[in-house]
Amino acid sequence: MATSSVSKGCFVFKPDFKKRKISVPIEDYFKNEKLESEDSKLRFETYHLLWQRMKSETEQLQEELNKNLFDSLIDFLQKSHSDFQKNSGNWGCQMKLREIPTAALILGVNVTDHDLIFRSLTETLQNNVTPYIVSLQAKDCPDVKHFLQKLTSQLMDCCVDGKSKEVKSVKTPKKTNYSMDSLSSWYMTVAQATGPKMTIKKRTTSSQWQFPPVVIILKNMESFSTKVLQDFIIISSQHRHEFPLILIFGIATSPVIIHRLLPHAVSSLLCIELFQSLSCKEHLAVILDQLLLTAQFPFKISKKALQVLTNIFLYHDFSIQNFIKGLKLSLLEHFYLQPLSVLCCDLPEAKKRIKFLSVNQCENIRRLPSFRRYVEKQASGKQVALLTYDTVLKEETQLLLEDLHVYHMNYFLVLRCLHNFTSCLPKYPLGRQIRELYCTCLENNVWDSEEYASALQLLRMLAKDELMSILQKCFEVLHSSTTKQLGSTTQKVKDFLTQFQNLDADSKEEEDACGSQSKGLQKTDLYHLQKSLLEMKELRRTTKKQTKFEMLRENVVNFMDNLVRSYLLPPESQPLHEVVYFSAAHTLREHLNAAPRIALHTALNNPYYYLKNEALKSEEGCIPNIAPDICIAYKLHLECSRLINLVDWSEAFATVVTAAEKDANSTISEEMNEIIHARFIRAVSELELLGFIKPTKQKTDHVARLTWGGC
Amino acid sequence: MAKLALELAKTSRKVPFDSKADPEIKKNVTQKSKGHSTSEKVQLENNNKTEFLSAPPRSLRKRIIVPTSHCDSESEYSASNSEDDKEVARDDEDDTEAVGLSQKSRVQSRVLPASVSKRTPLKKMKRDKASDLVEEYFEAHSSSKVLTSDRTLQKLKRAKLDQKTLRNLLSKVSPSFSAEIEQLNQQHEKLFHKWMLQLHLGFNIVLYGLGSKRDLLEKFRATMLEDSIHVVINGFFPGITVKSILNSITEDVLNHMGTFQSVLDQRDWIINKFKEDSSLELFLLIHNLDSQMLRGDNSQQILGQLSSLCNVHLLASIDHLHAPLMWDHAKQSLYNWLWYETTTYSPYTEETSYENSLLVKQSGSLPLSSLIHVLRSLTPNARGIFRLLIKFQLDNQDSPSYIGLSFQDFYQQCREAFLVNSDLTLRAQLTEFRDHKLIKTKKGTDGVEYLLIPVDSGTLADFLEKEEEEA
Repeated sequence: MATSSVSKGCFVFKPDFKKRKISVPIEDYFKNEKLESEDSKLRFETYHLLWQRMKSETEQLQEELNKNLFDSLIDFLQKSHSDFQKNSGNWGCQMKLREIPTAALILGVNVTDHDLIFRSLTETLQNNVTPYIVSLQAKDCPDVKHFLQKLTSQLMDCCVDGKSKEVKSVKTPKKTNYSMDSLSSWYMTVAQATGPKMTIKKRTTSSQWQFPPVVIILKNMESFSTKVLQDFIIISSQHRHEFPLILIFGIATSPVIIHRLLPHAVSSLLCIELFQSLSCKEHLAVILDQLLLTAQFPFKISKKALQVLTNIFLYHDFSIQNFIKGLKLSLLEHFYLQPLSVLCCDLPEAKKRIKFLSVNQCENIRRLPSFRRYVEKQASGKQVALLTYDTVLKEETQLLLEDLHVYHMNYFLVLRCLHNFTSCLPKYPLGRQIRELYCTCLENNVWDSEEYASALQLLRMLAKDELMSILQKCFEVLHSSTTKQLGSTTQKVKDFLTQFQNLDADSKEEEDACGSQSKGLQKTDLYHLQKSLLEMKELRRTTKKQTKFEMLRENVVNFMDNLVRSYLLPPESQPLHEVVYFSAAHTLREHLNAAPRIALHTALNNPYYYLKNEALKSEEGCIPNIAPDICIAYKLHLECSRLINLVDWSEAFATVVTAAEKDANSTISEEMNEIIHARFIRAVSELELLGFIKPTKQKTDHVARLTWGGC
Repeated sequence: MAKLALELAKTSRKVPFDSKADPEIKKNVTQKSKGHSTSEKVQLENNNKTEFLSAPPRSLRKRIIVPTSHCDSESEYSASNSEDDKEVARDDEDDTEAVGLSQKSRVQSRVLPASVSKRTPLKKMKRDKASDLVEEYFEAHSSSKVLTSDRTLQKLKRAKLDQKTLRNLLSKVSPSFSAEIEQLNQQHEKLFHKWMLQLHLGFNIVLYGLGSKRDLLEKFRATMLEDSIHVVINGFFPGITVKSILNSITEDVLNHMGTFQSVLDQRDWIINKFKEDSSLELFLLIHNLDSQMLRGDNSQQILGQLSSLCNVHLLASIDHLHAPLMWDHAKQSLYNWLWYETTTYSPYTEETSYENSLLVKQSGSLPLSSLIHVLRSLTPNARGIFRLLIKFQLDNQDSPSYIGLSFQDFYQQCREAFLVNSDLTLRAQLTEFRDHKLIKTKKGTDGVEYLLIPVDSGTLADFLEKEEEEA
C-alpha cells in the first residue's frame, strides 16, 4: 500500500492540477442510497437556507444576551479610566491611581462558549473604548518573560491594525528584552503621536481621550500560574501612572479564586469589580424559546431527540455551542433521511412545492403512517380518491400542511399559557422550565398524566392576586401573537381579568354574609363545642355555597383545561407530522454522545452482536470457542487478577483454540502449535494496543491488567 | 486427552455464570480449569499462610476461614476467586445495560444470605455491592504478592518469534467469519457519502470500535478523495510527531520553503494561510489519533486547532480504550467530532508491526547489518579496538551493575594488544565510533568516562560469529 512505510508517517497526496475536475458539489453527497428520491438537491438547499436562518438567529440572540454585560463592562472601563484622565492632585485619588482597575468576569463552567464571548467582547471594546486590547491565554505565558513578550507583540500588532499604515513608521523594537519600561515608553510615544488623529477618525465620546487605556483580557484566569500573575500585577502597578492598564479576568468557577490565587498584598493592588454573565441554563432557555418553541421555523424536534440534546447539555458540558451543533446535526439528519422533508419549509413555499411533487413522492406521502391513519378516518369515497389520484392527494396535502402550521401556532401560544400557570405552583409538578413542559406535552396527551391532575388541583387553590398576575401574563402572550387564531381566547382572558377586578367590590357583601354565620356558638363545655364544630364543618362542606371568587377560579381553571385539551394534542396525532418532526434520537446519541468503551467491550464480549453468525450465538456471558482470537484472549484475561502469566495465558488460549479446531481434524502437528502460538501473540499485542494490558517488570513474563471490572 | 481439552475449553467458559445451587460441582470444575496452571503454586501459598499467620490481615482471614468449613483449602481458593469474577462480570453487565436492573435484583437476592429479606431496598444492596467491589479492587491491588505461577517463557520451547516468522505463520491462518466481516465492512462503506457531506459541513469524524480501521480509511481515500488534496498520517508510526505533520503540510501542501521558529509559529502560519485562502481545501486522515506519539496534550491541541478550520477536514480513528480521555471540553469543541462506530474485527497488522510487542523478538537484523557495513570501512586496528570492546561487554553482560568499560582500562587493554600507541590515537578512533553512533560514553559517579555499545548482546554475539567466520 502506498501509505505504509518504515521511514515515514505522513503521506501527502496532491491531485494533478491539469487533470483535476471541478470539485464535486456538496449536494451530490447528499444523495441517500436508501431513498432513491430525486429531490436531494432541493432538500439540501432547503437545509442550507434553514440552517443559515437558524444560525443567524442564534447569533443575534447571543449578541442580545451579552449586550447587558458588555454595556456595564464598558461603563466600568470608562469610569475607571476617566479617573486616570483627571489626574487630580487629591491624595485619595492618587492612592486610587495605584490600584489597577480590574473587571472579574464570571462566565460559568461552559468553557467552550467563552471564546465566542471574548471575541465579541474584544470587538465591542475596540469599537467603543480603546484600540489597545490584548487577550492572553495561560498556555502562552509560562513565565513573566513570555507574558510580557506576548503582551508587547500583540499590543504593537493591534496598534498597527487599528490605525492602518500610519503607525508603521514607528519602529517596533525587535528582539529587545521586553520590559514594562520599554512598553510604557512605547505607549507614550504612540499615544502622543496618534492621539489627536484618533479623535478625528472616531466620533465616539470615549476615544476622545488622548491616552486610551490598555485592556488586557486574561482568558480563563484559573489556569494561569500564580507567580506570573503576581509578578505581573506588582510590576505593572508601579507603572500605572504612565501606562493606563485595565485588567479583565475571565473566571469559570467563582470569584473566590482571585483571592486564592493572589495573596492579599497583591490583590490590594487591584480595584476589582464583579460582572456576572447570564447563566448557561437561561441561555439555553432563550435559544430553545426562539428556535424551537415558535412557528417561525418549520423544523421541529421530537421528544426523544430533544431529551437527548438537553441531557447532553445538562449532564455533560453545559455548552451552548454543543447544543447548537446537535441542533445542526438533527436538522441535517432530518433532511437526509426523510424524503418528504422537502416540504419542511415556509408554508407558501411548501404549497408551491407540493404542486411539483413527483409520483414517487406522492407514494411516500401515502406511506406515511400518520397519513394512513388520517385516510382511514375519511369516508370511503374520499379514501379511494386520496389513494389513487395524485391531484386530490396534493390538494389534501396542502390543506393538511396548512392545518399543521395553524396547529403549531396555537400549540406554542397555549403551551406558553400553560407554562405560566404551572411554573408558579409549589414543587413544579409539570416542571420549572418550559422545555420540561414541552417534553411532556410532546410525548402524549398531557391531560392524562398524574402531574397534570395534581397541577390542576393546585391551581384550584391559588389566591386571587396570583391568579390575576398569571392571567395578565397569559393575556400578554396571547395578545403578542400576530395571528387571529386565538382571538376569542384572548378576549375571554381579558374578560376574566375584568371579572376579577370587579370582584373586589362584590367581596365586601360576601364577608357580611359570612359574619352572620359565626354567631351560633354559645358558651358550652369542651365536648359539646367539639361536636358542634364538627357539625358545622359537615354542614359547610355539603351545603356550602361557593363564593364568587371560587366560582370564577373554577371557571378559569376549566377554561385553561379546555384550552389544553383542544390545542395541546401531541404532534403524533397530526397527519403529516413526519414532514417537520425529527425523531431519530438514537442517531443523535450515537454521533454526539458515543460510548467507545461499551462498543469495544461488546465487540470483545459478545461477537455475535456484530458478526451475525449463528455459530457465535451463545448464552449470556459465555463465549463459544470458535470466536475470534482476540475475544478468547480477552475473555481469558478477564479471569485473571492484577498480573497475568503469559505462559499460562498462552496455554489456556491454546487449549480453547485446539478444542475448536479439534472438531475439524484430529491431528495436531507441531506446525499447528506454532500457528496457534502466533495467533496468541497477535491477540496479545492487539489487546496491548487497545490498552487492556501493558508489559510489566514486576515479574518475568507477566503482563499487568489495566482494567478492573470490565468496562 | 483431547476429549478432556475440549471439555475444559467448554466448561471453563461457563463457570462464572453457573448458578450457585451446587457448590460441590462448581468447585471441582474451577479446580480443573484453573488447576492445571496455578494449582501447585496456590496450594503452597495457602498452606504457608495457614501455618504462619497467627493474626492474618482481614482480607486473608476471610479467605482462610472459608476453607475450614469445607474439605480442602486449595479448591476453595479457586472457587472464591471465580466468585470475584462473577461479581465483576455481573457488574459490567449492569453498566452496559441499565435495563437489566430488575433482573439483577432478583439474582442478587438469590445470592445474598437468607437472613436478608427480599424487601431490602435496592439502593442499599447496590451500595453493599459497590463497597464489595471497592474492597475487591483494593484487595487485588494492595497486596504486594500476586498469586500467579512462576513459569516463564524460556522453559517453553517456542519462546519469542520475530516479526517475519510471525507474519509467515499468520498468513497461513485462514481468517474466520470472513463473510460476516465483509458484510460489516460493506455497511461501513455505505457511509462514505455521508461522511463526505458531514466533513464538508464543518464536522470532523472520528471512528471507533474493535478492529483495524486502516483498510476502511484507505478505501475511503481511494474512492472519495481522488480529486482533493489530502494527507494520510500514520499515527502508529513510532517516529511521528506533530512537527512532521505540520512540516508536510507547509512544505508539500502549501509549498512553503521557509523554516519556523517553533511549532506554534508554524501552526499560526498554517492557520492564517487557510483563513486567507478559502479556496484551499485539505483532508487529513489520521490513523490512530490516540497513538503513543500523538496523544500528548500539546499535539492534540495543535491538531484540534487545525481541524477547527472550516477548510480543513479531519477523519480520524481511535483504538485505545481510554482514548476519549485525551480531550477535555475545550478540545472536543475544537475537534467538533461526530462519532461513528465502525467495528471491523480486522487484525491490527500494520498497527502492531512497529510496536516492540511483548512476545515478538527483536531480530536485530537492522543494527547488525549497519554494524558490519561501518566496520568494514575501518582499518584493521580500529576493528580490533571495537572487537575488544564487544568482547568485554559480552563477558559482562550478565552483571546488572555493568555500566561500561572505563577509558583507562580500555586504553590499557588496547596497548597490550598493540592496537594503539597513545591515548590520543585511541581517542581519535573513539570519535569515529561515536560519529557512527557505535558507542556511547557516559560519566560514572567517580567522574571516569565509561564506554558502552548501545546494541543488545544477542546482536553483538551474532556479529562476532560472523567476523570470525570471515577471518
